[in-house]
Amino acid sequence: MRAEESPVSLSQATTRRLSMIEAINDALDIMLARDPDVVVIGEDVGYFGGVFRATAGLQARHGRTRVFDTPISEGGIIGVSVGMAAYGLRPVPEIQFADYIYPGLDQLVSEAARLRYRSAGEFTAPITVRAPFGGGIFGGQTHSQSPEALFTHVAGLKTVVPSTPHDAKGLLIAAIEDNDPVIFFEPKRIYNGPFDGYYDTPARPWATHPGSEVPDGYYAIPLGKARIVREGADLTVLAYGTMVHVAEAVLAAKGIDAEIIDLRTLVPLDIEAVEKSVEKTGKCLVIHEATRTSGFGAELVALVQERCFYHLEAPIERVTGFDTPYPHSLEWAYFPGPVRIGEAVDRLMAG
Amino acid sequence: MTRGRSRSGSSPGNLPPLRLHVPEPLYRPGDPVDFSDLVIPPAGAAARPDETCAASETYPLCTALIRVLDEDDRAVGAWNPRLDPETLRRMLRAMALTRAFDDRMHRAQRQGKTSFYMKCTGEEAVSVAAAFALAADDMVFPSYRQQGILIARGFPLVEMANQIYSNRADRLKGRQLPVMYSARDYGFFSLSGNLATQYPQAVGWAMASAIKGDTRIAATWIGEGSSAEGDFHSGLTFGAVYSAPVIFNVVNNQWAISSFSGLAGAERATFAARAIGYGVAGLRVDGNDALAVFAAMRWAADRARANLGPTLIEHFTYRAEGHSTSDDPGAYRSAQEREEWPLGDPVNRLKRHLIALGEWSDERHTEMDLEVVEEVRAASKAAEKNGTLGHGLHHPFKTMFEDVFEDLPWHLEEQAEQAIRERRIKWPDWKE
Repeated sequence: MRAEESPVSLSQATTRRLSMIEAINDALDIMLARDPDVVVIGEDVGYFGGVFRATAGLQARHGRTRVFDTPISEGGIIGVSVGMAAYGLRPVPEIQFADYIYPGLDQLVSEAARLRYRSAGEFTAPITVRAPFGGGIFGGQTHSQSPEALFTHVAGLKTVVPSTPHDAKGLLIAAIEDNDPVIFFEPKRIYNGPFDGYYDTPARPWATHPGSEVPDGYYAIPLGKARIVREGADLTVLAYGTMVHVAEAVLAAKGIDAEIIDLRTLVPLDIEAVEKSVEKTGKCLVIHEATRTSGFGAELVALVQERCFYHLEAPIERVTGFDTPYPHSLEWAYFPGPVRIGEAVDRLMAG
Repeated sequence: MTRGRSRSGSSPGNLPPLRLHVPEPLYRPGDPVDFSDLVIPPAGAAARPDETCAASETYPLCTALIRVLDEDDRAVGAWNPRLDPETLRRMLRAMALTRAFDDRMHRAQRQGKTSFYMKCTGEEAVSVAAAFALAADDMVFPSYRQQGILIARGFPLVEMANQIYSNRADRLKGRQLPVMYSARDYGFFSLSGNLATQYPQAVGWAMASAIKGDTRIAATWIGEGSSAEGDFHSGLTFGAVYSAPVIFNVVNNQWAISSFSGLAGAERATFAARAIGYGVAGLRVDGNDALAVFAAMRWAADRARANLGPTLIEHFTYRAEGHSTSDDPGAYRSAQEREEWPLGDPVNRLKRHLIALGEWSDERHTEMDLEVVEEVRAASKAAEKNGTLGHGLHHPFKTMFEDVFEDLPWHLEEQAEQAIRERRIKWPDWKE
């Protein structure tokens, strides 16, 4: 399908202002229409349209055998998706919260991720598992987690985290078209507006953010390509999802000329973009919301150290959530916000 | 506990201490075996409802035992599939070929030609007769002991042996443990090695077939031991909810490595009876009776093709050999069990039936046995020319990094270079 229809030229396409949830809905709608093998399944995704509205209207438009509700069984959802993929479909299962994905781990880790390898390509699992992730919405410990590192650790899985409506649409389309299984984590704190980490200021809608300008129709953003959010000379920030916006705000407030890289895809990682930037700035700050120990930040720090050591002018800084479950009432004490990031930036700039 | 506020519940009083029940099989090594308490209904006794019946009409069959071949080697009763002698002979040959293949590959493992093997001795009917009852293009999601399906479908023995030897002709490129076949062109799904994962996958395939308005159905197999996995429940739940065209087989061969069926719940209910809780059709079958297995599978296949949903079939059988070449059943069960097993041997029973029909003889059987042994020997020799495990004739080294993803990402490219460097350091003259 990729070959038949070239993507619209983004500079010429008409655009609309969309929230991230609307952009995701648009991507699913487009792929259901383009590819008769795409099916969207998950808890409450059918008639109701999903607890976050990501699949609103899709069942009415594409029919009950293309978009439908499933039993509350994440192992079953992923398991039947693997079987559907073996038949030749391109399933897009939704896991209602990333925190609920664990019952489906065996089917992801031992089955979807290994199927191409173990069958030497006889069977593949072109599945895109969508799941809202991350905290900042008072979800407590079971509606706030960021389990991306569990998946980046698995050979055979790709992991994607968008940070804007524009990217969410293009990356989701690319993920669905990809012939390997993709874990697509949607930072739910920024579903309806960018969040800069200053939780005590009024929430902003997407409409005021340039990343909400979403081209109509089909376009794909290739997996494995980072986005330079802001060019700068003083230090490199590696972030993804919600933390891209937090980093932007904190560094702007501090008046630092930072180069901010939105990784977008964690596996495969855009190592060239990372190396190029760190070689230029000589300083590197890694940020993620997930717990610290064995988080994806540890991988990033190791890669930068291995590949850019002689360009580094200061120890790499790593800002993360704490190694606790996500606490309900103390959500903002967990969240790696402006104070934690600010301290790390100060250390880097002093170094 | 704080005192003062009243709490709900009665006071414990003088109750006996609670006891944990840990199931224990009837017989351990050295024990004399007596299966006379095992309820074996006579052949022909089970009623056969129409394939279009309500699922509840099958529930008496979840505790019965569908049997066709009687003590006099005749096919009797409503479940008699009335197969023509030529089909019976082909079935018998596929079962004998499976047994001969198992024997040869088991020996090959003992001779150091491969790392591992798993026989299905005593369970040949469960896979071979099932394959005969399905259409050739129905998709099967087997467990590791259904090699009989591949053999019944005509998958070349040399390909099976190539896989077992992990040699340079192995279509799975030496990546999988021996017997973890994959044969898409024969409707045989890639074996995992993780148990029970194939259950929801078969349902997903069947759902996809129904979404697309196809006519092909799916069938899946699991051991009674791994029916305890969560995937059994999710498979049955999804199958029932979407009325998916899928057949769930539970091969109750009494033993999961060293754990007897009681550890999967057999002391409480039959495995077929689980169908009742899901509201799907359920059948309990003499798994050593090829005609009963065929009839039950055909019934379930017809039902699935008529959009009437899944059937759960328990095949009551006995694992006559060890779990695998890494297992010693003498360490945990009585050797007499196999000899005393009241349902006999599936190959022998089908052979005697054909003889009773006047369509076969001991002489022809001996002749066939020699033929299948020769067929297996030739295939095994041909496969050995492509290499055996550990003797160098494996797939090219670089294939190790292929198929992790469709394309090779930078980090795997770097790791492949590292691996090749290591090889050159260890063997300076190495060339791929």
